[in-house]
Amino acid sequence: MLISRIAKIGACLAKHLSTRNYASISRSTYIRSTTNHHLQPPLSFTMLYNGAMIKKHNFFSTMTGNNTSEEGSDKKETISVTFVDKDGEENHIKVPIGMSMLEAAHDNDIELEGACEGSLACSTCHVIVMDVEYYNKLEDATDEENDMLDLAFGLSETSRLGCQVIAKPELDGIRLAIPAATRNFAVDGYVPKPH
Amino acid sequence: MQKMAIWQAKQWLWRTFSSMPSNPLRVCVVGSGPAGFYTAEKMLKVQQQAQVDIIDRLPTPFGLVRSGVAPDHPETKIVINQFSRVAQHERCSFFGTVTLGSSISLSELRKLYHVVVLAYGAESDRSLGIPGENLKGIHSAREFVWWYNGHPDGRNLDPDLKSTDTAVILGQGNVALDVARILLRPTTELATTDIASHALSALEESSIRKVYLVGRRGPAQAACTAKELREILGLRNLDISIQEPDLILTPDVEEGLKSNRIQRRVYELLSKAATSRPKSDAGLSKRQLHFVFFRKPDSFTESKDRSGHASGVYFEKTVLKGVGPGKHIAIGTGEFEDINCGMVLKSIGYKSVPVDGLPFDHKKGIVPNDRGRVLSDTSGESTLLEEGLYVCGWLKRGPTGIVATNLHCAEETVSSISEDLEKGVLSSSSPKPGRDGLLQLLHDRNVRVVSFSDWEKIDSEERKLGSSRNKPREKLATWDELQEYTL
Repeated sequence: MLISRIAKIGACLAKHLSTRNYASISRSTYIRSTTNHHLQPPLSFTMLYNGAMIKKHNFFSTMTGNNTSEEGSDKKETISVTFVDKDGEENHIKVPIGMSMLEAAHDNDIELEGACEGSLACSTCHVIVMDVEYYNKLEDATDEENDMLDLAFGLSETSRLGCQVIAKPELDGIRLAIPAATRNFAVDGYVPKPH
Repeated sequence: MQKMAIWQAKQWLWRTFSSMPSNPLRVCVVGSGPAGFYTAEKMLKVQQQAQVDIIDRLPTPFGLVRSGVAPDHPETKIVINQFSRVAQHERCSFFGTVTLGSSISLSELRKLYHVVVLAYGAESDRSLGIPGENLKGIHSAREFVWWYNGHPDGRNLDPDLKSTDTAVILGQGNVALDVARILLRPTTELATTDIASHALSALEESSIRKVYLVGRRGPAQAACTAKELREILGLRNLDISIQEPDLILTPDVEEGLKSNRIQRRVYELLSKAATSRPKSDAGLSKRQLHFVFFRKPDSFTESKDRSGHASGVYFEKTVLKGVGPGKHIAIGTGEFEDINCGMVLKSIGYKSVPVDGLPFDHKKGIVPNDRGRVLSDTSGESTLLEEGLYVCGWLKRGPTGIVATNLHCAEETVSSISEDLEKGVLSSSSPKPGRDGLLQLLHDRNVRVVSFSDWEKIDSEERKLGSSRNKPREKLATWDELQEYTL
């Protein structure tokens, strides 16, 4: 039982790493640190992954705590996430713990823009957390994320950047709306509040 | 010639074996910046039968992502990856060194394509129209940005950074902050960016130590965004000066800030910078940045020692006057003040330039349009549409916003095109020559076209040159060099 579970996690990780490595090859030439502007050597996914964790205020340590202390069979390697697209259509996907919503959307062919590929330099992966309860479960946005959200189209009280929302068990069931530029969005009933 | 033959052969092969409909919707996008590329991307997605050609007057694509975005903002340029994928789409082509208005006229282009989307931006500058504006040492920020970003038309600007220790920047938007940062940032930090080498050398020898960023209005109306402001406030070895009395808000301005998130956060950053100045000993090597508010340029003063050169700016002090909810303008008080400087960069806005046959609103500096549809006459009550002609980006809405603004702008223009096709306002039933016609015409005129794979040669050469200098790329910054690598 335990062995099969470990094997399953291993397989999941391997799959995860291989897809991400592939993605990082194409972007490696452009990836830099966001805190200084010196050219960095191409980063592996693991480094990126850890970087994202650190940025999320020691999220990593919290995670380990959750996974090791919990007992029973209801532990999850993935969480359920629903994306509501510009036309109001729902996409239900499973997102591995630790993956950003931007990556998850792209892995599932959900149309979420990501002009800067998750380097916190644009606002195109803006999502609206549709339930305040889930919004409150997220770490507070950093100044840098807020600087980008300033420029997001259709900003709401529960807006976040998809690249900064990282899957964790508490977020299981989260619903994210992708704001639309055209009038469709308003017609479909969900009107973002002006900030 | 040989190239043309190969190209034609490729076209034949491609047409024979591709699933392209025999009578596609021929679309030409003029300009390959963010507005152009987002338009092409949305167009290809929404109109499955569309064939999209992007033309640009430069041999290099990506517009302001290449020649506008500051060299120390590499993350903002990552969007080039996405645009490159668009250019490589099977129904999309890029044709560089094709200039609308000289290589081909607008009316010719409209005859060749069902849809023409103009997204060529704003390549000129607003002027102040005050005495002394043509003195030496006064440049537009756009020229200066082109110069440090290796735009081939900015290569010969040659700004004099060695005869003065003070520069005045007029304007407080993000472009103003960009040029201030480039003047003030330690050059060791710039050396590892894709800044043009001629600019880096000049900045390394620069004697400028003091920069004034001057705005007509106050800190609650500054046009910059928090990201750029936070960045410049945090520069190494830089003293920031803000006059605290300037931060006092009138009740209505304070009220307005509550509903304007961007300006509120900018104001908060400025307030914090004004009050918390931990830097104790101002060393000699320290550089200074002065935020100056409530000053309107009145005239430029000419140097007594160097005739024809600027030696300062004469400002009129201003106060705010409310002109509607949350809106304030600056009005002169009749009190004046000088700031001495040897260099002035005017960062007061870009301006679009019309081409022959294009309706243009000179007051607003844009093409009159209804959600991207070009209107031929807006004077009367009924508005007439220019069939098949659309705009996107700065030419459509004026020179403001960030890269992502063009995403929504392009979505709007493309949805207007789709609506017009559905309603029959725009027809694609009669075949148009499109790409073949364009290339034939350019060939007849001896206009040498740079393809996307030609650009890739420039790109790889630039990366190669850059890697030997520990830079992501070394831009080829003259027309000659650019041409050399595409031959």
